Amino acid sequence: MPKGTALDKQGRLKDRPAMTDTTLLLSITIVVFFLLYLFAVFALGGSFAKPQNFLNILNNNAALIVLSCGMSVVMITGGIDISVGAVTCLVCMTCAVNLEQQGGNMATVILIGLGIGLAFGVVQGFLVAHLGIQPFIVSLAGMFFAKGMTTIVSKEPVRVTNEGFLAVKDTRITVPGLGSPNKLGQYIPAYVEVGVIIALLVVVLLFCMLRWTKLGRSFYAVGGNNQSANMLGINVRRTKFLAHVLCSVLAGLGGILYFLHVGSGDVANGAGDEMNAIASSIIGGTLLTGGVGNVLGTFFGVLSLNTIKRIVSSLGFDEAWWSNITVAAMLCLFLVVQSVVLLRKNTSKQ
Amino acid sequence: MSTVKNPETQVRRPDESLFKRLTRQQLFIPVAALVLLVLFNLIADPSFFMVSIKENSLGNPVLSGNIVSVLDNASELVILAIGMTLVTASSGGQDISVGATMAIAGSVILRMVCGGQVSADTMQMPLILAVLIGILATMLCGAFNGALVAYFNIQPMVATLIMYTAGRSIAAWINNNQLPIINDLAFKYAGTFLPGIPVPTPIFITALVILAFWLILKFTTLGLYTQSVGINANSSRLNGLDPKLIKLLTYVILGVCVALAGFIRVSRSGSINYSRIAENIEMDAILAVALGGNALSGGKFNIYGSILGAYVIQFLTTTLYKYDVPSTALPAYKAVVVILLVVLSAPVVREKLANMKKAPAKAAKEVS
Repeated sequence: MPKGTALDKQGRLKDRPAMTDTTLLLSITIVVFFLLYLFAVFALGGSFAKPQNFLNILNNNAALIVLSCGMSVVMITGGIDISVGAVTCLVCMTCAVNLEQQGGNMATVILIGLGIGLAFGVVQGFLVAHLGIQPFIVSLAGMFFAKGMTTIVSKEPVRVTNEGFLAVKDTRITVPGLGSPNKLGQYIPAYVEVGVIIALLVVVLLFCMLRWTKLGRSFYAVGGNNQSANMLGINVRRTKFLAHVLCSVLAGLGGILYFLHVGSGDVANGAGDEMNAIASSIIGGTLLTGGVGNVLGTFFGVLSLNTIKRIVSSLGFDEAWWSNITVAAMLCLFLVVQSVVLLRKNTSKQ
Repeated sequence: MSTVKNPETQVRRPDESLFKRLTRQQLFIPVAALVLLVLFNLIADPSFFMVSIKENSLGNPVLSGNIVSVLDNASELVILAIGMTLVTASSGGQDISVGATMAIAGSVILRMVCGGQVSADTMQMPLILAVLIGILATMLCGAFNGALVAYFNIQPMVATLIMYTAGRSIAAWINNNQLPIINDLAFKYAGTFLPGIPVPTPIFITALVILAFWLILKFTTLGLYTQSVGINANSSRLNGLDPKLIKLLTYVILGVCVALAGFIRVSRSGSINYSRIAENIEMDAILAVALGGNALSGGKFNIYGSILGAYVIQFLTTTLYKYDVPSTALPAYKAVVVILLVVLSAPVVREKLANMKKAPAKAAKEVS
């Protein structure tokens, strides 16, 4: 399968394809998201039309956005990291214990979160890149370790009452011009939480990095073809190592954001988020084979995933199992569409 | 194909040390791990290996002891590992939905034997028929996964992510989110003891499954074709095989294994908890395949390595339980052991270790 990105990298090639795989999959995702949301607004109306409803998707999923972006980076290099959900949980629990029982403050929380992420990233990255162990097995062990450590830190849920922390948690940033009147006619401004701003910043930074920096482009090159990347003079091991470190640090950051959103440490925090992150990345057009993907797509992937969850629950299927079944169905649809589109594109080229 | 060896191991070089020849064997890692675990237990507490006869709640004499419990509790994992090995070999990826589809199998079987009621005192349907329907259900799940992998070219882990996400929800949906309980003693024979026989039934079922796969691999071309597809699907196609069909077939076979494992699991207790049944078992099954020295990227496989790997994992779990490691903290210890094992089996590390052994010998030679 010729990779569009490989051609993209040596931009001077004359028969450069009109559209790379990455752009094609990205546009499908964005179109689908807008169709979904428009469908929701017109068919279900009411709450979906309110801007705050849209912003709440962001508020509830700031952590998932960050996790998914990290996942996309690793997936672009051809790896995978299934430890992110468990790392999120470990960070939440450790931060909660630190704030409640050890008199920590916001600074220590941030240090702990990023530190745990960095530690996981360095170990996992080393095992994957330098010892050549399959990323799935390495991150599987990472997931087990983080899950076990969480219960060693504390088995009981820890609710945080630290004032400095609660002040940050409850900070709401008003979005000008998007408010709507409530039933009493009072004007309620639309707001986002602090986490959303950080998550959006991460998306923009990663987008720029993947697109314009040497490191970002070497991620694509390594994922597209290990050997040719090596011949181009890219340090494949170092690149893979950095991808895993980046992903785990983002998982740590995701943990902090999750903690900021829920305000407690619990062994059930972030459960299943690794699969949500993988699903969002795939819906966003990242291929597990590597070399193709975009964090902007991942961002829309998270939004699509949660929009469809909301649509299903507001259609009246509010039993717990429907949400999972719809996510699975959506994942299935996207995978089949991607596979068919890419297959067609590649056969028509030959 | 029963013992696939590295081509290198078959050429014996006289100057190679015994140590190096041993470490090259595919089964080196699981056997070494098992020996280490046995030694550890022997030194720490030899009573670990005691097998005694106790009376169970029904008053029948049954065997009990850690070794029996290892063999008994590893049953589901061993059966899954066999199917997972085939899937890994043919498609170069793993099925992460086995835990969720086990829930589906259990749910279907319970619904059948309870006849759709919440609880039943006698089975409403012959057990064998219920199990067959359960097998059919998971074969369908397997066919769905296999079709996505083989015909749509989706990476196995991603394709099975769909079933992983939906499986437990579908299992709950099958029984309208009720938790059926069957009180018929005959239903529990498969998960506990047959009357008059002191050995747990799952051990027999596992032995039968292993025997069946031994026969299949010996007398059919399944093993050969699976490896050939896994090593190079394109050239297999040029040689007249249908790689897509063979991939699909391995997923369907895994479906059968999953149903058997699910049946054993539900008949241990006679009830089901959709979100907790066989939780994380897919991880253990993949680990068993990797521990058995099989490449997770597909191709050659050794089914006995995976079986041994599965028993090693259960041995480790039981050992940890014995030393009062709380079940919630268990994963952390398991992870450390797993990392140690995979690091030791990584080609880079093995080479370094072998060189370290060689270096002093070489130096000694030069001196003389």
